[in-house]
Amino acid sequence: MDVLFPTREQYIGLVGSRKDEGFEMCADLCAVDYLTHHGRQLPEGVRPERFEVVINLLSLSQARRLRIRVQVPAEDATIPSLFDLYPGTEAMEREAFDLLGIVFTDHPDMTRILLPEDWEGHPLRKDFGVGRVPVQFKGAPGPR
Amino acid sequence: MTDAAPAAGTDAATNVEHLTPTELVGATSEGPQELIRRTATPPEALRREVGAVLRLPEGVAVDPSDIDVEQTDDETMIINMGPQHPSTHGVLRLMLELDGETVLRTKPVVGYLHTGMEKTAEELTFVQGSTNVTRMDYLSPLHNELVFSLAVEALLGLEMPDRSDWIRMLMVELNRVSSHLMWMATNGMDMASTSMMIYGFREREMVLAFFEKTTGLRMNHNFIRPGGTAADLPDGWEDDVAVICDTVLVRLDEYDELLTGQPIFRHRQDGVGALSAEEALALSLTGPLLRSTGVPWDLRRSEPYLRYDEVEFDVIVGTYGDNFDRYSIRLNEIRESIRIIRQIVDKMPSGDYRVQDKKVTPPPRGRIDESMEALIHHFKTFTEGFRVPEGEVYVAIESPRGELGCYLVSDGGPKPYRMHIRGPSFVNLQALPLMLRGGLVADAVVACSSVDPVMGEVDR
Repeated sequence: MDVLFPTREQYIGLVGSRKDEGFEMCADLCAVDYLTHHGRQLPEGVRPERFEVVINLLSLSQARRLRIRVQVPAEDATIPSLFDLYPGTEAMEREAFDLLGIVFTDHPDMTRILLPEDWEGHPLRKDFGVGRVPVQFKGAPGPR
Repeated sequence: MTDAAPAAGTDAATNVEHLTPTELVGATSEGPQELIRRTATPPEALRREVGAVLRLPEGVAVDPSDIDVEQTDDETMIINMGPQHPSTHGVLRLMLELDGETVLRTKPVVGYLHTGMEKTAEELTFVQGSTNVTRMDYLSPLHNELVFSLAVEALLGLEMPDRSDWIRMLMVELNRVSSHLMWMATNGMDMASTSMMIYGFREREMVLAFFEKTTGLRMNHNFIRPGGTAADLPDGWEDDVAVICDTVLVRLDEYDELLTGQPIFRHRQDGVGALSAEEALALSLTGPLLRSTGVPWDLRRSEPYLRYDEVEFDVIVGTYGDNFDRYSIRLNEIRESIRIIRQIVDKMPSGDYRVQDKKVTPPPRGRIDESMEALIHHFKTFTEGFRVPEGEVYVAIESPRGELGCYLVSDGGPKPYRMHIRGPSFVNLQALPLMLRGGLVADAVVACSSVDPVMGEVDR
């Protein structure tokens, strides 16, 4: 399977041109936090950043898949939304925002989707402690 | 959602500060995740929001003149259907904006069953991982195990033995039969056909009894594992499978007779919740939802995995994309699955049911009693797990609900660095606002049922 590594600036243009080439569907969108995974293999000229947004495009007419990986820096974790190109990414982008805190600009409804609205933090980030934080419930008196 | 561009959900709570607390439904409120009342939404935002709620960009499917922004809250009301509504098949909450009995806007609110399974997966080794993923889509657990195992094996670069592939195919096809039977049962119940509910569960139980005999459990099997399956098929499995095939096929004809020609059933199915192929593709819908619009896309055929290229079956497609097409697709997919299962029984090769790779497969039980090394090896496999080479992979299979994908990143350790499951139900739910728009509340129940969402997979 082909994997492409555009920059954030090239991202929308590249996805748009691939859509015109016959990739009718965005099958999957997710994000990865590479905080504790140093030295991953990337092609020449791609500067590794903490976050990566990964989308899988699917062409039904050609039975082909294409993966696009975009580097997103930690200090400015934003990336343009694919909503205008593929409306089906709406829930997936909300999920990536909810669990990893990546903000998709121009997304029509950038709210949490799986976690409660008042949840603090983004659990799939690698610096989000596991088993060290009391479970948050609204209105609960707090840890005993 | 209320103001233009809530820059970040982190301060999204401030966007609704101008509302009084009673306007936000109260203690159970999810705040900005909810459908906001019309008076609290400026016209431009409402246009945009209707576009967003319909999950389509402005100008594509939503005609701006079609949106009655002058409508006031006096004429419409927002009601919650769910999270405990029986027709939502779990804990799905639909916020419906109604004008009388007509649905205007819909917003599915999900997350009530979120248990952080993707985070849990990062804490479990590759050996333990399949116990976790099997609990996502609890109606087709074997598909979840299969996609996870295929992803791990793709990273390991394993060459799988013939028999394990065919056993896996047998199990997932039986699982597809049980899942679709379950759908027919619940779909019948949503239309008050309680007899179909009882019948569907009855036949599903036959399949589950075979699963119990083979895997030890009715659900959450942990049977398909990286490196093969947990065990070989039990003695006499051919007879059990033959009985299942014969019985289900005969009973299926009875259900066909019971439902397909039934006028009340047809009235509630024909033309309700219709989708077009363009809309389905734009919304990333897969599975029966996509095929009902006439797109012949089935991963078993288009991107064959396991040995699906060696069996004969038809891909069932619909024409109008309505509820009835989705019903007939699922009904006939059971028949096709049984056709596949019969071929599998004929073609089942002998050999190993798991790969003979010392790195992945623990030594057999008998060896542990006689060899210290085997004992150590067994212990290490289950405590530390095996290491998987660095890399990332996306594997997709056709689950009963659509494309079930697994994006797996490994950093070379014994645990996945990141595991993302692309749940077909999660994506397919986005079709609901479009399917329900302009219909009646009673149709909403049936349309929701025909999407066949499994909330365990939606919320993960």
